[in-house]
Amino acid sequence: MKLELKGITKRFGALVANDHISLVVEPGEIHCLLGENGAGKSTLMNVLYGLYQADEGEILLDDVVQNFHGPGDAMAAGIGMVHQHFMLIPVFTVAENVMLGHEPTSFGGRLNMAKAREQVREISKRFGFDLDPDAIVGDLPVGVQQRVEIIKALSRDAKVLVFDEPTAVLTPQETDELMVIMKQLREAGTSIVFITHKLREVREVADTITVIRLGKVVGEASPTASNEELASMMVGRAIELTIEKGKAKLGEPALVVNKLSVIDPIGQLVVNNISFDVKEGEIVAIAGVQGNGQTELVEAIMGLQPKVTGEIALGGKSLVGRSVREVLDAGVGFVPEDRNEDGLVSEFTIAENLMLDRSTGEPFVKYGGLQLAVLADFAEEKLTEFDIRAQGIATHAGNLSGGNQQKVVLARELSRHLSLLVAAQPTRGLDVGSVEFVHTRIVEARDSGVPVLVVSTELDEVVALADRIAVMYRGGIVGIVPGDTPRDVLGLMMAGEMPTGGKAA
Amino acid sequence: MSSQTLHPSAGVALERTVVKNWKGPIALSIFAALSVLLFGVFARPGTSHFRLSTSTDFVQLPQLDVPTTLTGWILAIVTVLLAAWSVWIVSQSRRVPLWLTIGFAIVFMAGFLTWVAADALIPIPGLLIGAVSLSVPLIFGAMSGVISERSGVINIAIEGQLLFGAFASAVVASMTGSPWAGLVAAMVAGTLVSFALAAFAIKYIVDQIIVGVVLNVLVSGLTGFLYSKVLTENPGFLNTPPRFDRIDIPILGQIPIIGPVLFDQTIIVYFMYIVVAGVAYALFRTRWGLRTRSVGEHPQAADTVGIKVNLRRFWNVSLAGAIAGFGGAYFTLGSVGSFTKDMTAGAGFIALAAVIFGRWDPIRAMLAGLLFGFATNLQSVLGIIGSPVPSQFMLMLPYVVTIFAVAGLVGQSRPPANDGKPYIKS
Repeated sequence: MKLELKGITKRFGALVANDHISLVVEPGEIHCLLGENGAGKSTLMNVLYGLYQADEGEILLDDVVQNFHGPGDAMAAGIGMVHQHFMLIPVFTVAENVMLGHEPTSFGGRLNMAKAREQVREISKRFGFDLDPDAIVGDLPVGVQQRVEIIKALSRDAKVLVFDEPTAVLTPQETDELMVIMKQLREAGTSIVFITHKLREVREVADTITVIRLGKVVGEASPTASNEELASMMVGRAIELTIEKGKAKLGEPALVVNKLSVIDPIGQLVVNNISFDVKEGEIVAIAGVQGNGQTELVEAIMGLQPKVTGEIALGGKSLVGRSVREVLDAGVGFVPEDRNEDGLVSEFTIAENLMLDRSTGEPFVKYGGLQLAVLADFAEEKLTEFDIRAQGIATHAGNLSGGNQQKVVLARELSRHLSLLVAAQPTRGLDVGSVEFVHTRIVEARDSGVPVLVVSTELDEVVALADRIAVMYRGGIVGIVPGDTPRDVLGLMMAGEMPTGGKAA
Repeated sequence: MSSQTLHPSAGVALERTVVKNWKGPIALSIFAALSVLLFGVFARPGTSHFRLSTSTDFVQLPQLDVPTTLTGWILAIVTVLLAAWSVWIVSQSRRVPLWLTIGFAIVFMAGFLTWVAADALIPIPGLLIGAVSLSVPLIFGAMSGVISERSGVINIAIEGQLLFGAFASAVVASMTGSPWAGLVAAMVAGTLVSFALAAFAIKYIVDQIIVGVVLNVLVSGLTGFLYSKVLTENPGFLNTPPRFDRIDIPILGQIPIIGPVLFDQTIIVYFMYIVVAGVAYALFRTRWGLRTRSVGEHPQAADTVGIKVNLRRFWNVSLAGAIAGFGGAYFTLGSVGSFTKDMTAGAGFIALAAVIFGRWDPIRAMLAGLLFGFATNLQSVLGIIGSPVPSQFMLMLPYVVTIFAVAGLVGQSRPPANDGKPYIKS
């Protein structure tokens, strides 16, 4: 089926998310939509899928103008979507999820489960998936959940399949498998729209590439274009993809983690007996697919986990059993993985956010009263130093872009005297320009002798920053390897396998 | 590199450590100690009498007479053994099974009744019949809560729906002389209350708990005002509804003990059986149920497959209101016979507790409703035969049972993931 978008425009108030976007997806091709976070890719696809109504422009399928009022219409017309955040109900079985919305029923609306199971089996067989229709979706690994999403779309005879950032949650191996599935689908005649900001994947599968920036189509590229060319199209200026990083000047081991385990409320060992250390002036990156215990490890270090066994020591002093306040006072700087949830109070101003973790005493608090003048001077200074683009220090943090929000968090954490910096997913959801800035700051912190622990699910980021890499899988550390370890080795480790040939560091 | 490639998506679960949960054994031990003290050490002399049959049963079971002290000791020792067993089970890193807790509760209750009934007679059928009667509105309310919360709207307004149902059914049945018209009016009244809940919660995204509480107060005030200003002016015309008679189902109604309890009831109770079975079937076996649960668990996922989330929530909440209103009619057409101010007396909140205790499952919620009904009726039966426990404590009984049930014994109770969260399409 041929999909054509003509002059699609979508506005949210004053913001133009899509500005007259036009593109054509030919039958049986993989069409890549490349753009940074916030470029308007997802908005465009939500318009296509009927979740949003376009203000202007039209959607054509096989040259017939479509009028979608909801996802139901889009699905009926043959458009399927594999969402970035899976649209699956975790407590339902695979078959129930696949049948939802077009349930086969027998007398009196009774669900025909046998037929639904059969459909799941039939489609899984076609693509060589091994899926139990009665498995509860929440118990399945994310890679498998994504297949359920694909089956869900295919069970409705989707002729155009949209993949919205499908690789964000996958291991490199799962990503490779997904690429194979996408090619298989293309052979079967399905048109695919593949949304991503990862350049390597684009070049691997795309037949056509359309680059979007700030809601506009900036051009088409061929899959043979280099990473640098694609990146500069995406960002609109030349971009340094690798950051300059000198050799680490290692000092004494500062953070020492020994036989650490974290137990969650239902008794699962989310962190399972791990040991590592971070030396002064060194960046250790914790790599791994989301949900393999990295979050809990960081929370354990920060004093946010209740059930922790083992030893965490910073400069010889134990951090286990300490309150968050005591951990912060020990000189730990913390960039949380979800800045909107844990990093900032979006209803507070930039200035207020800059003193969030320093509300206990001088210089910002004296005799129980806020020292607003001191705070204002401090905030002005940081605004300039960290290049935070805002109208002023009184701007609410919630009104800033992701990149500027992260700069506020960094400014707060780096303005203290640190004995350890913990940065969890420091560039998640940031544009390429901000990523550059954050990375530079983290390397600067390292060069000033601060031990740095970076947790990231992005292999690019891990490779760019790390002096040593510890890979986590199912709560344990698979291995600790030097920063120049090849990606394919890291990829294997992220799937739980320690390559025997690799040398440990 | 090792030769065997690990399949990345092979579903190996995380390693587990055993977290021993001592909550159950501790609770059981406390109750066991209590039973030793009460039924054994402070035993009351005499003989306990239990009547097991009503006069119309097939088989007349003889009256059961047991020596109070001896029986008390025996049952107390059984509770101690059961508690010890639960301690052993947990020390073996297993969970205390549900049947053990239920068995313990039954033994404890038997011991308690024996102790109370020293030189007195407890009519077991009467106790149970009353328990079922009192639990009818609770169960209707709980079904209302289950449907509403499974679709993602917290229904605090059950109390208001019950009360308005009771009021409307009394007035309409009294005016028309037909209890059936009263039933219909009760459903309409319950639906009206839930329309208000649905409109504010779903359309205008007002906090659902606040809307629910406000609706309860509103209905209480409105019916109270109309009762004292209008109904009492002309009670003959407005507040003497005809009542449904009991219908004795042949054969089933003559089975000893459970016959009169379950099969010699008013038509409303028989409707209750149908409603509970219907809700349980519909929720888990039909298209309606699948979609309803999807809307309460993950509305966005439902939306992306073309289910109209808010419309579905609206109609499900309305249906829930109709069911609760129907249950409200039991107060006037099934038991009391006329409307009085605030006659539901918190039944809606107990129904809400039954929903949680029943883990949002219709059958379990019904059992929870029966338990609460039993506790309430036990208090009144014991009041009549003269209990050694002060009556103020007996009045607390249903609520104490509710708190213990909801707080301690439910274990891991997981509400629908989007219960109480409005769905706002961006």
